[in-house]
Amino acid sequence: MEYNSRYPIYLQVISLIQKQMVQGEILPGDKMPSTRALALQYEVNPNTAARIYKEMENMGLCYTERGLGTFMTNDNNIVKHIKRDLADKLTREFVHEMSELGFSPEEMKKAVEEEIK
Amino acid sequence: MNLKALNLTKKYSATTAVDSATVTLEPGRIYGLLGPNGSGKSTFMKLAAGLVHPTSGEIRIMDEPLSEQSRAHVVYMPTEAYFYGYMTVCQVGQFHTDFYADFSADSYQKLVTDMGLDMDMKVSSLSSGMSAKLKLAAAAARSAQIIMLDEPLNGIDLIARDVIMSAIIQIANENNTLLLSSHLIDVMESLLDEVIFIKQGRITMQGNAEAMRAEHGKSIVDIYKEVFAS
Repeated sequence: MEYNSRYPIYLQVISLIQKQMVQGEILPGDKMPSTRALALQYEVNPNTAARIYKEMENMGLCYTERGLGTFMTNDNNIVKHIKRDLADKLTREFVHEMSELGFSPEEMKKAVEEEIK
Repeated sequence: MNLKALNLTKKYSATTAVDSATVTLEPGRIYGLLGPNGSGKSTFMKLAAGLVHPTSGEIRIMDEPLSEQSRAHVVYMPTEAYFYGYMTVCQVGQFHTDFYADFSADSYQKLVTDMGLDMDMKVSSLSSGMSAKLKLAAAAARSAQIIMLDEPLNGIDLIARDVIMSAIIQIANENNTLLLSSHLIDVMESLLDEVIFIKQGRITMQGNAEAMRAEHGKSIVDIYKEVFAS
C-alpha cells in the first residue's frame, strides 16, 4: 500500500473506503472486516485501524454492534453526501492547481469543456 | 511500561555504540527504531535483550531490573540467520520449544504455513527471503511482552516483504510491544505508532508518528532525511 505520508494515514484509508462506498463496492449495511483484518488489508498499524473505525463512527459512516462487529450505515443519503463531497474536493483542487498555473476562470471552463468532449 | 532504558551507554574501546539513550516502550504499540547502518540500532536491542552488558545506565523490563528472569519477557530477532543448516523447519521449532517456555509449537506451525514455508524444508536450502520468514516465525511464536525485530525487511523481495509486514501486524496486540529497527523507513512508516531516531548512538528524536507528521507537515521519511543528512 502506498500512502502519501504527509496526510494522516487513517484519513487516507477513510478516503479509500468512501470511494468504494460511492462506487458501490461497499454497500449500506455491509459488515466491515475486523480491526485486525482491516489493518492487514491496508497494511497499517492495528491502532490506526481502530482509529479508522472510530473516526468513521464519528462521521456517521458506520456503527459498531457489541460482539457482532462494525457495520456500514443503512442511511442511503450518506453515500450521496460523500459523492458530493468528493466531487467538491476534486473541483476545489482542480481550480486551485489551475489558478497556480495562471489560468483564468474562463480558461479553466474551456479546458474542462475540451477535456469532456 | 514494558521496557525502560535509562541513560543507557555502551562503549567499545574508542567508539561509543549507544550514548546515554533514554527510551520508554509502552504496551500495545509498535515502535520504529530508525537510523542508518552503524547508528547503534542493533547494539541498543542487544542491550535491551541482555545479550550485551551496558557500560553504564539501566534497563528495566516490566518494571523490574534486567535479570535472567525478566529477560524471559524479551524476544530479540537478530539480523543474521542463526539456525544450523542441517536442521529442518520442524527441527527449528523443536529447538525453540526446548529453549523457551513461552514458545508455542502451534503458533509456530501456523506462522510457518501462513508464510508459505514447509515443515520438511531444510534450513540450508532456504533462500534469503525464506530464511527471513523462518526467523520471524521462530521469534513471533513466543508469547513475550517485548518483541524486538532487527531489520526484519533486510534483503528480501517485494512479495516476501508483504508477507512479513502482514505477519508483523498479526503479532501485535494490546499487551505486547514491538520494536522494529529499519533503514527502510518508507516501507515501515504505515506500521508504526511511534518512531525513535538514533544517530551515532544518540536518540535524536522520538515521538508519535502521526503527531510528528502533523507537527512537521511532512512524512517520517522526509523528517528522517532532514535529521540524518545534517
